[in-house]
Amino acid sequence: MKKTILTAMSAFLISSAVPAAAELVFPLLSYRTGAYAPNGIPIADGFSDYLTLINERDGGIGGEKIKMIECETAYNTEKGVECYESTKGQGSLVYWPLSTGITYQLIPKVTADGIPLHTMGYGRTSAANGKVFSHVFNFPGTYWDAASIITKHMMDVEGGSLKGKKIALVHHNSAYGKEPIRTFEVLAEKHGFEFITLPVDHPGQEQKSTWLQVRKERPDFVTMWGWGVMNQVAIKEAASIRFPMDRFIGVWWSSNEGDVLPAGDGATGYKAIALHNTGTDFDIYKDLEKHVISKGLAAGAGDHVGEVLYNRGFMQGALVVEAARTAQKIHGVANITPAMMRDGMEALKIDQARWAEMGLANYAADINVTCENHGGPGLGAIQQWNASTQKWTMITDFVAADRSVVDPLIMADSAAYAAENNISERCN
Amino acid sequence: MIYREAGDFKTTYKADQETFPIRLDKVGFWLSVLIVVFVIPLFLNDYWEKAVFLPFFIYAIAAIGLNILTGYCGQVSLGTGGFMAVGAYSSYKLMTSFPNLDMFVVIICSGIVTAFVGILFGIPSLRIKGFYLAVATLASQFFLVWLFNKWEWTYNYSATGQITAPERDFLGVVVTGAYSAPWATYLFCFGFLFIFGWMARNLVRGHIGRSWMAIRDMDIAAEIIGVNPLKAKLSAFAISSFYIGVAGALYFSVWLGAAEPTEAFSIDKSFDVLFMIIIGGLGSMTGSIIGAAFIVLLPVVFKTVLVGLLGWPTDIAEFTQIILIGSLIIFFLIKEPHGIAALWRTLKQKLRLWPFPY
Repeated sequence: MKKTILTAMSAFLISSAVPAAAELVFPLLSYRTGAYAPNGIPIADGFSDYLTLINERDGGIGGEKIKMIECETAYNTEKGVECYESTKGQGSLVYWPLSTGITYQLIPKVTADGIPLHTMGYGRTSAANGKVFSHVFNFPGTYWDAASIITKHMMDVEGGSLKGKKIALVHHNSAYGKEPIRTFEVLAEKHGFEFITLPVDHPGQEQKSTWLQVRKERPDFVTMWGWGVMNQVAIKEAASIRFPMDRFIGVWWSSNEGDVLPAGDGATGYKAIALHNTGTDFDIYKDLEKHVISKGLAAGAGDHVGEVLYNRGFMQGALVVEAARTAQKIHGVANITPAMMRDGMEALKIDQARWAEMGLANYAADINVTCENHGGPGLGAIQQWNASTQKWTMITDFVAADRSVVDPLIMADSAAYAAENNISERCN
Repeated sequence: MIYREAGDFKTTYKADQETFPIRLDKVGFWLSVLIVVFVIPLFLNDYWEKAVFLPFFIYAIAAIGLNILTGYCGQVSLGTGGFMAVGAYSSYKLMTSFPNLDMFVVIICSGIVTAFVGILFGIPSLRIKGFYLAVATLASQFFLVWLFNKWEWTYNYSATGQITAPERDFLGVVVTGAYSAPWATYLFCFGFLFIFGWMARNLVRGHIGRSWMAIRDMDIAAEIIGVNPLKAKLSAFAISSFYIGVAGALYFSVWLGAAEPTEAFSIDKSFDVLFMIIIGGLGSMTGSIIGAAFIVLLPVVFKTVLVGLLGWPTDIAEFTQIILIGSLIIFFLIKEPHGIAALWRTLKQKLRLWPFPY
């Protein structure tokens, strides 16, 4: 009786209509407003368009149509929690809040509610340890992998050794920006370089003092962990102090067209690490044009198609859709529950042949998720911007991080979390 | 005709000085409390707890705290966010250092720590007033947020500076962490609001409250007739910071469960609580609660109506909601500059005489 009243009230009071029984619900916690909208909009559009494509071209996943519920978080933690609570009762299969702050909030909640959380390339890095974090996944890579790969590239540029060099990290003064600091400190000890941090407070529009410090300190390399408006301001400031752009490397969240275009020609040479290939040279774009864009079903204003972060939205969509397919195969039903979705994510395997089948040949590395490793494969490549052609080019192949540095850090941090929260190891 | 006051005579001083002298008001108040305590928890689900009631209760406590300082004592303070951070981090350190401590004790102790910090930042108020004090408290806001970013001991040396509330209980019932039941956290926070609201109401009607109001109205005259400005102002800062610290501790440990200083306790938080008491009504307990409901709940209501019922795209709905709230604030302040509480008071006066006009 209480349950009926509860469900009746929730159905009445919580926003969208109760979904039809045969539908796969994917919530989209996006931010199309606020200081982080410049980067939030392209990803949300990419994800949205990918799901629309699956619905239009394939009729859904395994015959089940996809229902996408969008909720505005404005990159705000309180709104993020509200969006999570309002959508979780509607059969949401997987959450990806695209905010490290909201992720930290949701990690204990999703584990208690039994819904998987996919924080690809962001969130809590130590969640790569599947033994401790049963419901959190960060494949295909984590921040600490990115830090290690960027350091490797810097070593290559310097001809093999970073001894005596100075590296500065310009970072967003939040959990997101502070995540790689410990890894960089360990790498600094290992390779003998000096590491300085330059925090930038939200929203990051005031960076004159930060870049004055860069000019004073004269680091050999600057790496950036920025987001939203902070990215474009940083690149403009770097260009204005005439910092050598080919020694300015951003993380994969500071790698969008919207970040480099405002600086104009001064941004040429800016590098960033990439999770996947750039551009529109994939077969999927033909399907997208035919089934989504020409039918007028594109999300938002449709002006971000082809951007790096739009392609990132594809990756997010492709990974959750493939995980849903895997879940359907494992459990033999089409209408999966969040628990089944979690199993699907933990067993997800995508090889190059499958990427090609999906229309994304040569797009990303193989995906191989196991019970112990929720964060693999941890590969990244370096892309470089050319302002005259207005294109990103990949200047290296996908390389791996220094696992001897990253893995012990992951184990230590996840062990601390397990101790604090009385979690016993699984997968044994 | 709504308020039947005939025959409702007071025969003792105590009865005459009640907070709700009119019988209908008293009955209505206690009935609402009974409904809130016994009826609503039966229908509560995670969404209503986490998105509606907990924010409302917690911000109401913070608004009562700031109202004591700004509304009753007249000391403008923009340090609310920083003090909430002190409450949150104290509760985090207490929870992690003393795992067997009951949550009630943790929250009270966090409030006490915040009270001491509040006294420290209240010392400038003995020399400066008005806008200048607002700037000094603004310094406290930025300083405290900076402190919790830099002082690693406060976040137990974690790599990201994020703090997460471990699972703790109150009298055996789990109230923090992801496995807490909605009714438990709801009643826990409401309990704090009820007890501290009651205490605040009595404080402001008593000796201390009158000394605060004397300082607010004309501090030089108050000093001349014997009100000790040091005691009055510092006690206002102490008690106000206690409330705000309690609100901050509940915000972190019971409601959100995780926090980082720059995002959760930024200057926006200070402004929000200040707007709550301005719109609700300075110097009024009801005003604090109404203001908290206005600023915290109306955006959720608008979002639910615009996105849920009308199906608008989320960004248009968000922008519309911001415009609507802003317009409502302007409207209410023009209609009644003393806040919604004053409107409510006027309405009640009219209701007492209705259907007669006077």
